[in-house]
Amino acid sequence: MNLRAVWAIYRVEMARAFRTVLQSIISPVISTSLYFVVFGSAIGSRINEIDGIAYGAFIVPGLMMLSLLTQSISNASFAIYFPKFVGSIYELLSAPVSYLEIIIAYVGGAATKSIMLGLIILATAALFVPLRIEHPFWMIAFLVLTAVTFSLFGFIIGIWAKTFEQLQLVPLLIVTPLTFLGGSFYSIHMLPGIWKTITLFNPVVYLISGFRWSFYGKADVSVGVSLGMTLVFLAICIAIVAWIFKTGYRLRN
Amino acid sequence: MSSIISISGVTKTYATGFKALKEINLDIERGEIFALLGPNGAGKTTLISIVCGIVNRSSGSVTVDGHDISRDYRAARSLIGLVPQELTIDAFETVWATVNYSRGLFGKPPNKDFVEKVLRDLSLWEKKDSKAITLSGGMKRRLMIAKALSHEPRVLFLDEPTAGVDVELRQDMWAMVRRLREDGVTIILTTHYIEEAEAMADRVGVINKGEIILVEGKAELMRKLGRKQMRLELRAPLAALPESLSRYALELSGDGNQLTYTYDNQSDRPGVASLIRDLETAGIQFRDLDTKNSSLEEIFVSLLRQEP
Repeated sequence: MNLRAVWAIYRVEMARAFRTVLQSIISPVISTSLYFVVFGSAIGSRINEIDGIAYGAFIVPGLMMLSLLTQSISNASFAIYFPKFVGSIYELLSAPVSYLEIIIAYVGGAATKSIMLGLIILATAALFVPLRIEHPFWMIAFLVLTAVTFSLFGFIIGIWAKTFEQLQLVPLLIVTPLTFLGGSFYSIHMLPGIWKTITLFNPVVYLISGFRWSFYGKADVSVGVSLGMTLVFLAICIAIVAWIFKTGYRLRN
Repeated sequence: MSSIISISGVTKTYATGFKALKEINLDIERGEIFALLGPNGAGKTTLISIVCGIVNRSSGSVTVDGHDISRDYRAARSLIGLVPQELTIDAFETVWATVNYSRGLFGKPPNKDFVEKVLRDLSLWEKKDSKAITLSGGMKRRLMIAKALSHEPRVLFLDEPTAGVDVELRQDMWAMVRRLREDGVTIILTTHYIEEAEAMADRVGVINKGEIILVEGKAELMRKLGRKQMRLELRAPLAALPESLSRYALELSGDGNQLTYTYDNQSDRPGVASLIRDLETAGIQFRDLDTKNSSLEEIFVSLLRQEP
């Protein structure tokens, strides 16, 4: 194991986060605060409690997931796309590093950043609403699993993308809608008839539901199912990455 | 002397169907400076990229110091430093950070003194805290070299090292290459500037359309394929060549003031003496005379012309 290489890449990735503090940390905090003002205070004051939880507190896990998903994807996809774009990837490809080491370093870096971000959002939320975390172990477990899974997903997008437009396409057209429709701001029990069933095809529902359970002990679908689905996504991403590395797809043409 | 890089039967066909390398067999000797010459698109960069692990080959095998580049890629790659043709650096990193990053990437323990020495040798020490984006083109080129040398490679690939580089930097770079060779580093450079190969290389390989068409010691190559030319400055312009001189390969310049005689200097009877006698007989007088060996460039051009 070339641990020095893993560390070198990881450090560069973290350094970039701190170099672009405004973009990577402050802007999500501001947008989260805006969600609280709009949904939590303005609209939330007119909405009754959901499952016995005040609306402002109810949306916290969903908001964290929203940022976690989008930031994991954008961190990881950018981290691998950028060297591809400027050409400096030659150095990574010519270095004595294995694919596993590349993955650990890049995905580790991206996941670390989005986990830090999730925790910052949690701290910001605590200023607005009273929070409680009933299952801290599972809260952390869901946080880490989701960050890793979606960083892997972002890594795949970064390798697949040939243009900056493609890089933005998947997050914009698929991930953001799925997240908004995945119960960040409502319980799926509130949906009318058929939509309750349709929404179960949205993978993000399981992530948010499980995550919310770790906070308040209340879930839309059972926790076991949530955990199982998260692991399935993780397995799918690992399989795709393994295929990419086996074939050299868009890396070593 | 055993070879440090051994390439056998390597081919590369891109997904588009383009056959970049037909079948390359090449051995690079330990400690030599090898120049790979070829026109644009001949396959130089593809060949280097395969040895360095950037491009997957279609078939064949490559070993670096006995390590197979696929089975034993860690050992093989850690011996190699690569300076690619394009200036591709993370623009927002400082010189110091990016060179240390390269060293870490190749699994070497941190060594501040060594990295400092590399930067000083390349006149980059004063710029160590500058971001790459603020450097001039020549400085960026030095930085790419510093990155390649940061992990103490035994083999250095320089892909078109002096393309778009000013004279001073070119001289510096040649001096650096010679220093590295003295330390036992094997150097492979690709170029389409023949003067570069002529000035530095021990051996020359010529690649064209994905095939190695010749590998030869530079001196032998120049001796074997070199032609010699004798130029005569005439006292009075000549309207046409007299019939008596038609057996010589002579060329008369447009204004009639200059005669050029091209001959094979390996031949026992190059014909120089008889030509001068015959000129005298024909009453043609000359003011001055000089001879020169053909340059590697001329040899190269004539080689490529012979190719079907």
